[in-house]
Amino acid sequence: MRYIPNSPAERAELLAAVGAAHIDDLFATVPKQVYRKGAPDLPPPESEIEVRRDLGALAARNADVSSWASFLGAGLYAHHSPAFVSQLLTRGEFLTAYTPYQPEVSQGTLTAIYEFQSHIAILTEMDVANASMYEGASATVEAVLMAERLVKKRTRVVVSEALHPEYRHCLRTYLANFPFELVEVAIDAETGKTSAEALRNAVDAQTFAVVVQSPNVFGVVEDWAAASAAAHAHGAIAIGVVNEMFSLAVLKGPGAAGIDIAAGEAASFGVPPSFGGPLVGFLACRDAFKRQIPGRLVGRTTDAEGNPGFCLTLSTREQHIRREKATSNICTNQGLFALAATMTLAALGKHGLRQTALQCVSKCEYLKAGVRELKAPFRLAFAGATFNEFALVSGVPVLELLARLEKEKILGGVPLHRLAPERRDWSDLLLVAVTERTRRSDMDRFLQVLGSFR
Amino acid sequence: MSSYPDDRLYSKSHEWIRVEGDIGTIGITDHAQKELGEVVFVDMPEIGEIFDAGQEFGTIESVKAVSELFLPITGEVTEVNKVLADEPGAVNEDPHGEGWLLKVKVSSEGDLERLLSNVAYEKFIEEESKG
Amino acid sequence: MSDHGNLGAVPPARPAGEKLDRRRRFGSLFDVPRSGRQGVLLPALDVPEADPAALFGEQHRTEVAGEVEASEVDVVRHFTRLSQLNFAIDTALYSLGSCTMKHNPRINEEIARLPGFNEAHPYTPEHLAQGNLELMWRLEQYLLALTGFARITLQPSAGANGELTGALMIRAAHVKAGNPRKFILVPDSAHGTNPATAHFAGYKVQELTSSSRGTLDLAELAAKLTEDVAALMITVPNTLGVFEENILEIAKMVHAKGAFLYLDGANFNSFVGKVRPADMGVDVMHMNLHKTFSTPHGGGGPGAGPVGVAAALVPFLPVPTIERRGDVFHLDTDRPDTIGRLRTFYGNFGVLVRALTYISSYGSTINEVAENAVLNANYIRKKLEPFYHLKYDAPSYHEVVFSDKRQVAHGVHNIDIAKRLMDFGFHPPTMSFPLIVPGALMIEPTESEPREELDAFADAMIAIAKESEETPRIVLDAPHTTPVRRLDEAGAAREASRPGNFAPVLRAKVPGPNPAS
Repeated sequence: MRYIPNSPAERAELLAAVGAAHIDDLFATVPKQVYRKGAPDLPPPESEIEVRRDLGALAARNADVSSWASFLGAGLYAHHSPAFVSQLLTRGEFLTAYTPYQPEVSQGTLTAIYEFQSHIAILTEMDVANASMYEGASATVEAVLMAERLVKKRTRVVVSEALHPEYRHCLRTYLANFPFELVEVAIDAETGKTSAEALRNAVDAQTFAVVVQSPNVFGVVEDWAAASAAAHAHGAIAIGVVNEMFSLAVLKGPGAAGIDIAAGEAASFGVPPSFGGPLVGFLACRDAFKRQIPGRLVGRTTDAEGNPGFCLTLSTREQHIRREKATSNICTNQGLFALAATMTLAALGKHGLRQTALQCVSKCEYLKAGVRELKAPFRLAFAGATFNEFALVSGVPVLELLARLEKEKILGGVPLHRLAPERRDWSDLLLVAVTERTRRSDMDRFLQVLGSFR
Repeated sequence: MSSYPDDRLYSKSHEWIRVEGDIGTIGITDHAQKELGEVVFVDMPEIGEIFDAGQEFGTIESVKAVSELFLPITGEVTEVNKVLADEPGAVNEDPHGEGWLLKVKVSSEGDLERLLSNVAYEKFIEEESKG
Repeated sequence: MSDHGNLGAVPPARPAGEKLDRRRRFGSLFDVPRSGRQGVLLPALDVPEADPAALFGEQHRTEVAGEVEASEVDVVRHFTRLSQLNFAIDTALYSLGSCTMKHNPRINEEIARLPGFNEAHPYTPEHLAQGNLELMWRLEQYLLALTGFARITLQPSAGANGELTGALMIRAAHVKAGNPRKFILVPDSAHGTNPATAHFAGYKVQELTSSSRGTLDLAELAAKLTEDVAALMITVPNTLGVFEENILEIAKMVHAKGAFLYLDGANFNSFVGKVRPADMGVDVMHMNLHKTFSTPHGGGGPGAGPVGVAAALVPFLPVPTIERRGDVFHLDTDRPDTIGRLRTFYGNFGVLVRALTYISSYGSTINEVAENAVLNANYIRKKLEPFYHLKYDAPSYHEVVFSDKRQVAHGVHNIDIAKRLMDFGFHPPTMSFPLIVPGALMIEPTESEPREELDAFADAMIAIAKESEETPRIVLDAPHTTPVRRLDEAGAAREASRPGNFAPVLRAKVPGPNPAS
């Protein structure tokens, strides 16, 4: 096989060197009843030529966001990824290294993680960010568990119903075996923002965390300050979730509005959608809470000669040392894709971030204005300000609208029904997202199709 | 001659306590700090918290290990060594002096009877290292 | 330092000019002030420009203060230089035991980057994503063939996430049967994630002491295996590289008490294609695709941790599952007993593509992976046994765990041996576990290593054993030839622990006032 260097003759020599007559001798402690001498039940091996043909045919059967005009978002947005990012990611020194346990031979990875932590802390206006998490929803779960460690002996988590439904589903899954009560707070029907009053009423002395996403699942910009005030009134931890990180180039960061822990998804920065993974979650917090942060952290230090360097730090929080008392069972971060995000952020920089965000806002406003002017059975669901996504109320069945758009090679948006089938009252909503990649001509075609329902 | 001061008592979990009046000062032993390596953080209880003899009152961390700290006697925390928040290395440099951890108001002298003298403690760690 | 003879790389003096050069090669992009530069240009805005101040009012942010300002040249050079500071499998044997650092075939990368995979949005309508759904379905079928389970979920994001998924399913099954039970039994040789996982699934951990052979003590297991035990969580071969010989009997004992047998599949690479875990009586197992199936470790992720289950646990699988109806594939979310969802979307799809590519490449010859991994580990063991202490001498599978016991007599510890190994051009073994071997040196060469590389690694380890006796100083001061010398990890932890202190220890300082806590 091409990935096993030793030839059959060389393998025989190694076998002789270890004093075995046959390879089966090395498996002698496997119970005979379960040991399989024959070949496993898989197809014959494929050469690169065959693999390319076979899997290439599968790839060709998907509609992708490069060859189609796409308005898909709902927590994952197709932004531009600079060409060099994908190329540098294939450098073996990044691709085929592991966790930087040995800092002397891992300064590349460690420096990049430190930069990732810096970018995330700067964008969220938080003090400290970790080395990344699996993805946005599990990062949000980790933030809630962290809040519970900070405000012990309380049982209630208050969550906005405008938190992405899959994030809420994850919270229910992970918290199922803890004695916690998950309370959902309704949105204001006009603005689409989490109702400030309902939030205030839901938080009580038993509440340890308040979770609000901005822009929320309907694309509406929330008021972080209202969320943190509601939480802090009862000594609870305010958690701000962000899954469209470009919004932070035109909107104040959660840390600037009293939020204690920020968590979410940073895949907008150069990570390809890849059918939903791998992505790159993040978690950031105030300095006072840093010892309860889950996952890896990189710190700056010096070596034996006094030269600067980086190493993993505060490791005693982690599972390999604290075992069942660890802050999380997480072992990996999202190394390679945190690196992709770091490289993309460095290239965008202060100016590119701002320009991209302004394009997102401008295109979204253009499309919203177009919908408002339509004399067709469609309207904007909410009046609240948006960043690059909005909810459309469809007067015709959403799937019928999407089918019509599909004929024009347009992926028209995400029906809320797909995220939250249990919410019948949301079944006429369609989430429509744009990015800096969206062209005016595509938006005009989109509006034309909508107009054809007149 | 013992390298462990005779003005205090020692626990088998490697804490020491020196009692003056009704106040006991508590720290970890030189042996414990050596086993642990460079101390990077000490997690202390709040003032006013009450612990039973043998109860965990905090943790002490080196780069790659965490050790639980146990109170040798029953008492209420009256003071913690604030220096350690900034200079946890004091535990390594002077475990029996500047590197003390906390002070408690001793509620029962009876607890002290179960603790070891300096000589007995040294004998104990000698045996422990053989085992 | 002339008395070191020619044992290994004698530390060269740092060349003149190196100090100046270090400023270019080391440090973060945030350290060098640049102004007005930009590495990405956007197309001209083709719609009227919106006014964010008017839209967002008080919430408007006018600039991202402190962000980098760099051109593409600056960024490409910076990251290329950083890459040169890393050790990687592409350069040499990476002995980090339990992490299975094997060759990452490049065809896997190419396939994962096909636009139909890489540029597909997860909310693409199912009928426009049939290729992706079929790919996941096919991977499940291949993994079923290799494991013998009833179903597999591909959703978990990594091994530890797979463990949690498995533990949650076990709990759900017990709850459904009327009693969640209280304990999960975990041997003392287990990965740290096992007890952490049990805790997050709501269970208390009971530890089992390993026998002198490094395997489970059946008498102790029998004593601790009560009706309160939800599951036994074991690793096979365990972290000592030893196969649990009594696995069939263990499975019977566990099942007799109505508990489940969880197998941590971290070491599946040592029996893939040779033994199907379900045949051994295993009820649940997660697989680390980045270990057994060669998806790249990427400096610490992403991984993927599919979980296989026996029929009794199928109702509890996370949603969605991938189902086939004739030639149509679809996502099934309507599963009433499901534990729910572990993450957004369907899993680390890009990692699944790479794993499927790898399995397709090996096909029915995949048993050679296990055979050669075990052969190579035994070869290393044979060569190093005369020089390093082996606490447990049961037959080794894919890895061998030595200790520093002999070298400690000369004041040399496993960490020193590890650092010295870097001077010889190899990545050190794992040292942080198994906890039952003090001073552990856990070596896993994998099937990727050719004979000459195994020999070179063994020679380096032997040379270090000799240095430890004759010239221990050179080992204690190692590494000598790496980009940086031994780092002050205690200093970093102390700085990072200090209240109010976070920049620049944990992140770059930004100009002007840092955010207040």
